[in-house]
Amino acid sequence: MMFHPGILALLLGSGLTTCMLCYSAWQGVRIIRHWDIASGSEEQLELERRTYLVSTVMGYAMGFQLLSLFLFIYTADTLSSLFIGAMCAAGSLKVNGFGYPTLVIKIVCCLLAGLWLILNATDNKAHDYPLVRIKYWLLLLITPVLIAETTLQGFYLLSLKPNIITSCCSVLFSTGADSVLSNLLAMPHSLAKAMFFVSAPIAVAGGLNVYLRAKGAMVFAILSLCHFIISIVALISFISVYFYELPTHHCPFCLLHQEYGYIGYFLYAAILIGTVFGMGTGVIDPFRSIASLRHVIPRVERQLALTSILATLVFLGITGYILLFSNLSM
Amino acid sequence: MNMSAINRQRYILDLALSSMARRKGKNIALVIVYTFVLFLLASVLFAVESLKKEAALILRDSPEITVQRLVAGRQDLVPIDYIDAIAGIRGVQSVEPRLWGYYYDAFSGANYTLMVNAALNDQRGAMVIGTGVARRNELGKAERKLGKGDVIPFKTADGTVLVLTVKGLFPSASELVTADLILVSESDFRKIFAIGKAQATDLVLRVGNAKELATIAGKITQLHPDTRPVLREDILRTYEAVFDWRGGMIVMVLSIVLFAFAILAWDKATGMSAEEKREIGILKAVGWETSDILLMKFWEGAAVSLTAFFLGIVLAYGHIFLVSAPLLQPVLKGWSVLYPQFTLTPYIDGYQLATLFFLTVIPYTVVTIVPSWRSATIDPDSVMRT
Amino acid sequence: MIRLDNIRKVFNAGKPNEFVAIDGINLTIDTKGATAMKGPSGSGKTTLLSILGCMARPTSGRITLKDREMSSLPERFLTEIRRETFGVIFQQFNLIKGISPLENVMIPAYPKGEKFSSLRKRAMDLLDLLNIAGKAHSKVEWLSGGEAQRTAIARALINNPAIVIADEPTAHLDTRLSLEFMEIMRRLKDAGKAIVIASHDPIVYESDVIDRIVEIRDGRLVDRGAGP
Repeated sequence: MMFHPGILALLLGSGLTTCMLCYSAWQGVRIIRHWDIASGSEEQLELERRTYLVSTVMGYAMGFQLLSLFLFIYTADTLSSLFIGAMCAAGSLKVNGFGYPTLVIKIVCCLLAGLWLILNATDNKAHDYPLVRIKYWLLLLITPVLIAETTLQGFYLLSLKPNIITSCCSVLFSTGADSVLSNLLAMPHSLAKAMFFVSAPIAVAGGLNVYLRAKGAMVFAILSLCHFIISIVALISFISVYFYELPTHHCPFCLLHQEYGYIGYFLYAAILIGTVFGMGTGVIDPFRSIASLRHVIPRVERQLALTSILATLVFLGITGYILLFSNLSM
Repeated sequence: MNMSAINRQRYILDLALSSMARRKGKNIALVIVYTFVLFLLASVLFAVESLKKEAALILRDSPEITVQRLVAGRQDLVPIDYIDAIAGIRGVQSVEPRLWGYYYDAFSGANYTLMVNAALNDQRGAMVIGTGVARRNELGKAERKLGKGDVIPFKTADGTVLVLTVKGLFPSASELVTADLILVSESDFRKIFAIGKAQATDLVLRVGNAKELATIAGKITQLHPDTRPVLREDILRTYEAVFDWRGGMIVMVLSIVLFAFAILAWDKATGMSAEEKREIGILKAVGWETSDILLMKFWEGAAVSLTAFFLGIVLAYGHIFLVSAPLLQPVLKGWSVLYPQFTLTPYIDGYQLATLFFLTVIPYTVVTIVPSWRSATIDPDSVMRT
Repeated sequence: MIRLDNIRKVFNAGKPNEFVAIDGINLTIDTKGATAMKGPSGSGKTTLLSILGCMARPTSGRITLKDREMSSLPERFLTEIRRETFGVIFQQFNLIKGISPLENVMIPAYPKGEKFSSLRKRAMDLLDLLNIAGKAHSKVEWLSGGEAQRTAIARALINNPAIVIADEPTAHLDTRLSLEFMEIMRRLKDAGKAIVIASHDPIVYESDVIDRIVEIRDGRLVDRGAGP
């Protein structure tokens, strides 16, 4: 195993976050079993106090997950010089079978944590904690995912050895390569462009539907998810290429570097916000019939939809800008 | 974000800071330890990163491929006539024989690296020495440094003594690589080590296209199966791995310090004085909610963390880059009789700061979550019941 | 205005040291007028007061505030309502040391995030009303007993509550200051606020400011004095 400080930091961070989540989940079990808002017993009061703890922990966990995602990519990037053939994070992640799955599950964890926080915030706006049991069931479902993330990441990091031969992004993300990932991502850029520029307005339209008419949240949630996937594909397929002005450079990670003005952070922030807030509308929508949430949910959905729309437009804007002003023409 | 939300943050932050100022003693102790932990970790990270960059810079001008010959797994001399076949490989721009070796100097107990430099070939008896060599003195004693005109006697492999005169010295700026280096002429070298004209220590190649390195290395091994081509990338990678590994080992050792710090933080957080409990009780009684108190605790933690982070990093920066890490140098550079003295070039990036954040601020925050929550959930009527 | 229906408060329920502090109390507090709560220590006075002021939740029973059911409201909503409705004066004043009286007075309004200038002005006006504006920036530790008392009162009034609650306010005061306190209560009553004072001090419950006396003993009400 490599004793790189960055690796130690990631393992420590993930380990602590998982411990926090497990503790919260255990609290959650108690809450699910004994919660009774109408009761004034000491036990109920204690449970209400505990919900503050879980909310706080989840808030921090979300923050750490997000930071951990970027630290992970950065560590992979820094370690790339130790692997033959790797020129950036893309190659480092390919070194063993755990690299890319870890990245995917880390992103999934960020999304789940974000959705939980939205659900929690909505629940807190009502006078009687109507979603408390649902919330904690969801927490019980999220916890194993986080445990899986920590485990996968652990396997990935602990089995890294220098000098292993791997591939770089131009090989991984090109049409000649031999994996589902590369086949999917290396589609002709004209197709990717078409998909992206069709999906974006549809997603925005879905959002406007929620914002203006307070309807169609579930549809918007699904549209957001689809747009998320299409955006990532588009990013690798052509958006990154326009930034690098090099037809073979598809790396999704180099965008985070200084030489491109750290534009990657803005792009990924926009995508993540757009997706989480968009899917958030769908997560809370099924509960609009509950009495105490009747007035709360439409208002929250509108706020979420608006934020999601703006984020999507930001991403669209940056993409449009680089397509117009890049020195590359394809 | 509307104004009232921002105002709320400001008010609560204000009270958090004033509340901390009222308990200076306890908080200062925590900040000092926190800063110390950060100082140690940051020093390690900065030093390792800087050394890696130095190594990369130094190796930039080294040959892309070095061909060694192995006999029974050990490095042996390379016949000069291997050059012909290798030079013929497509992509190889030049092949040169290189002569160098280690000379053990019993007088000072040091190992010097002797190397042939073509520029000295017409100056028999002359040598250029590094600053570490210039400090040559009898084992354990300190004497004046060697300068131009001074001599060093070398015991040759066939029993005679060859005396060489210092013609020049390497500048101390290059100490990291030249400290124990002595450049000599070819004939002197061959005399000292009794190596015949037909042999060299290794061969160095210049290759035009970096992508061809692996192919060329493969062809060399095919032509001469007893050789081992070493790629510059491999050397660089090994150095990086070694520095990383050393840095990581130190961090692992420091994890004990980190653990102790976590315990201290936990203790400080849970051991709320009666006065503190009373204050929070009052706040809750007059209409502050649990989230308000949690926010106040958050700002307290943030203030402590930010102060320690900033101080720790500034101190580490000074430690490494202004006074060259007197505490860490021996561990990082390895054991040797000759310690090169040099100054490290400052190099900090966001990645190092993020790593430090993960190693210190996150454990601190996690440790203080439950104590903060406990203090925040004090009953509003607690001040009435005392 | 506030109605307590069959309120029970039990501490350490189910354990060997189970203690019933309030054992089935029904009480209504009106929008105007001053009520005194009389009873020996250990009678449950303080507990009843804290439940009345929505600082504690009853184990069973209902609290209704202006037709709104409060007993099962989560803390974050309860606190908001409590802040706006009640102003509490404690037995020990409970001012925060190390900060000025002015800041002490402003603190209950911090969570609302009101603009600083308007908040400060309101606080200064209150201190002025109680004749301690001159001490606004001194240290709380240097205040005399009477000045501290008036700072505590000002603090209770910062959010313009409808009901002022005081828990043994004269316990640490001499006769002169106790009478002064009751005069201030009279002024508040005349300004339209409801007052509830828990006290076993005759200066309080025999004062003519008080419209109604409620007696509590062993967690139950004993008497109802004359009154609406």
